[in-house]
Amino acid sequence: MSEIRKGYVRPLDLKHGQVDMAHGSGGRAMAQLIEELFAKHLGNEWLAQGDDGAVLPPGSGRLVMATDSHVVSPLFFPGGDIGCLSVHGTINDVAVMGAKPLWLSAAFVLEEGFPLAELARIVESMADAAREAGVPVVTGDTKVVERGKGDGVFITTTGVGVLPEGRSLSGRKARPGDAILVSGTLGDHGMAIMAQRESLGFESPIVSDTAALHGLIAALLETGADIHVLRDPTRGGLATTLNEIAQQSGVGMMLRENAMPVKPAVAGACEFLGLDPLYVANEGKVVVICAPQDAERLLSALRAHPLGADAACIGEVRADPHHFVQMTTGFGGKRIVDWLTGEQLPRIC
Amino acid sequence: MKYIDEFRDGEVAKGIAAAIRQEARPDRRYHFMEFCGGHTHAISRYGVSDLLPENVRMIHGPGCPVCVLPIGRVDQAIRLALEQGVTLCTYGDCLRVPASEHLSLLKAKAKGGDIRMVYSSADAVALAQKHPEKQVVFFAIGFETTTPPTAVAIKQAKALGLANFSVLCCHVLTPSAIASILESPEVRQWGTVPLDGFVGPAHVSTIIGSRPYEFFAEEYRKPVVIAGFEPLDVMQAIRMLIRQVNEGRAEVENEFARAVSREGNLKAQQLVAEVFELRKAFEWRGLNVIPYSALKLRREFAEFDAEERFALDYRPVPDHKACECGAILRGVKKPQDCKLFGTVCTPENPIGSCMVSSEGACAAHYTYGRYKDV
Amino acid sequence: MCLAIPAQVIELRESDNAVVDLAGVRKEISLALVEDVAVGDYVIVHVGYALNKLDPEEAEKTLALFAELGESTALP
Repeated sequence: MSEIRKGYVRPLDLKHGQVDMAHGSGGRAMAQLIEELFAKHLGNEWLAQGDDGAVLPPGSGRLVMATDSHVVSPLFFPGGDIGCLSVHGTINDVAVMGAKPLWLSAAFVLEEGFPLAELARIVESMADAAREAGVPVVTGDTKVVERGKGDGVFITTTGVGVLPEGRSLSGRKARPGDAILVSGTLGDHGMAIMAQRESLGFESPIVSDTAALHGLIAALLETGADIHVLRDPTRGGLATTLNEIAQQSGVGMMLRENAMPVKPAVAGACEFLGLDPLYVANEGKVVVICAPQDAERLLSALRAHPLGADAACIGEVRADPHHFVQMTTGFGGKRIVDWLTGEQLPRIC
Repeated sequence: MKYIDEFRDGEVAKGIAAAIRQEARPDRRYHFMEFCGGHTHAISRYGVSDLLPENVRMIHGPGCPVCVLPIGRVDQAIRLALEQGVTLCTYGDCLRVPASEHLSLLKAKAKGGDIRMVYSSADAVALAQKHPEKQVVFFAIGFETTTPPTAVAIKQAKALGLANFSVLCCHVLTPSAIASILESPEVRQWGTVPLDGFVGPAHVSTIIGSRPYEFFAEEYRKPVVIAGFEPLDVMQAIRMLIRQVNEGRAEVENEFARAVSREGNLKAQQLVAEVFELRKAFEWRGLNVIPYSALKLRREFAEFDAEERFALDYRPVPDHKACECGAILRGVKKPQDCKLFGTVCTPENPIGSCMVSSEGACAAHYTYGRYKDV
Repeated sequence: MCLAIPAQVIELRESDNAVVDLAGVRKEISLALVEDVAVGDYVIVHVGYALNKLDPEEAEKTLALFAELGESTALP
């Protein structure tokens, strides 16, 4: 006669198991998923409480909050995955406000049938990213949708940080004469993703640049330099970010094509597909717009940091009632670097 | 990048620009048409016009297969996907072209159409092989550069005995387009072509060779210089054109000698001749119906012709009344001359063919050069 | 009108295919439209097919022509 072992719960089958509707229903299956996967890897004092919300100590300044949803496909790509991307992206959104990121939340929408092995990889990656950044995921949520109604997994992360008194960075603060700096090479993330797409697929050494930038940004702010705008150029690339800032600040810009840092492989991949690196997504770069006399100092600070080794000054802000972002081409002529029209698509013409 | 960077060298550009300034006679103006959309794009993207003297002007021609693709053809592709449930494979360029009923291929995809972007015709064949249960149609657009890849794909499909692969053939011919410019109504009215010469297409010419342009040079007494794809190639070609005009010559010269010969790529030409034949007539957006200007599949390959397999009819769709694309494509008007340019008609909301593709004259000017208008 | 780029053939594969390299990016393309292509040759690539071989001598000649300073043909 077999005995019922007291307190024995069969562990999650992380090797062959899949997400099913029960995991999102709020019952025992979901509790097990949270305990054996999420809490186990993301583990911190708040998640350990097992409460609906995290009680956080009061901050030492104004609060900054930012949120991002992550729907990247493929989920795993050279240099990262949706997990670490979701941590880095939100940390960066808080950091470019000049705030110190303190806590993250993570909400998962899982598709029925999604392999637990892949979910485990993603969560472990998130945990590593959060740990390295020193920003814990203190609360979260899990939902499951029916097969066919989700792309494997969607993750929404929200971040909260603290902004010290007296600091105010904004896209509205670019002024004519300001220098425009970029922390490194352009288009790495977008092309790393593009390389994985069926039909467009190519082999390349291109690796996503996904990274948490709060350390780099803190180093810049510590120099005491006169920084007016910080922003991370994600979807739509550098060109989109600069156009947004130009619009917000009511200014124009003049860029220099020869100064743009682009890895040769990214340039080559863009040539194949007829894409412009200025419009390709980045996930580990920051644009810095500062008073001109501080450009050199900030460039040194950027280059001294591992995430800013390829930093460059790429242009200047100027007065322009039409808010055009213009560029002197490597060839010697001039052109506009316009807003993106929809998604940049590979072309044959 | 070898054979790319050296042809984009800004220092060398200055030298050629100086030579052009020296050789362009100050007592006259020069109007050259760059026929190929790729050249339009290069000129705008690199700001080549800034390096030319004021009396040398470039006019943008109709060499953009997306721009001259009639709405009616995009409608056919959309109908195939939405009404016939096919898997429609297309190059990225076509996805955003606005068609009838406020649709585009991209919008049709949002409506549930199985529309896939491919980089190569070979990918469409591979898809058909992988999914024998789906009907796969390849939306084949392009001038002579893009036609041989379609021919190879069709032959491949035949060799594999694929029953679920077909092609919606919209391939068009360069010489026909050039002829339509040289014989436009304005020309008949004025008795002369307001052009001094042509910058001939780069990659079309690798296939067809330089020979087909000799007819135009002789018949219409206009010089043609075939130019490579990079901005230095374009500048050198302009310089060669100026020289021809000054010396009263009307010849075909080949600046793109590293990839173009007089005969062209015979292997590719033969493959095309094997699979395709001329259509009696074909509608070109902005240029109306032109006889013997486009291709369709030969009888022997009829099973791969999507128009036959799906009994598609062609319904022409007229352009907006105020749209000046026709005149712009023929080089007799500029984008700024069109009432709709930059207001109603923008890259986000393209009304006519010249705005639809990033190489169309209007799109190129809007995206790269409109700061000069203000 | 046709986006095509010169890339170097680094490997020949079966079924008339080859791998080309451009600045470290590698793509498999078809050689169905060309003949006598060897590893090391440069080809013009358009929509996944090699259209033609690039002639290195002609390329050098063209670059030399760029550098040539033309004599003035302005009217006296």
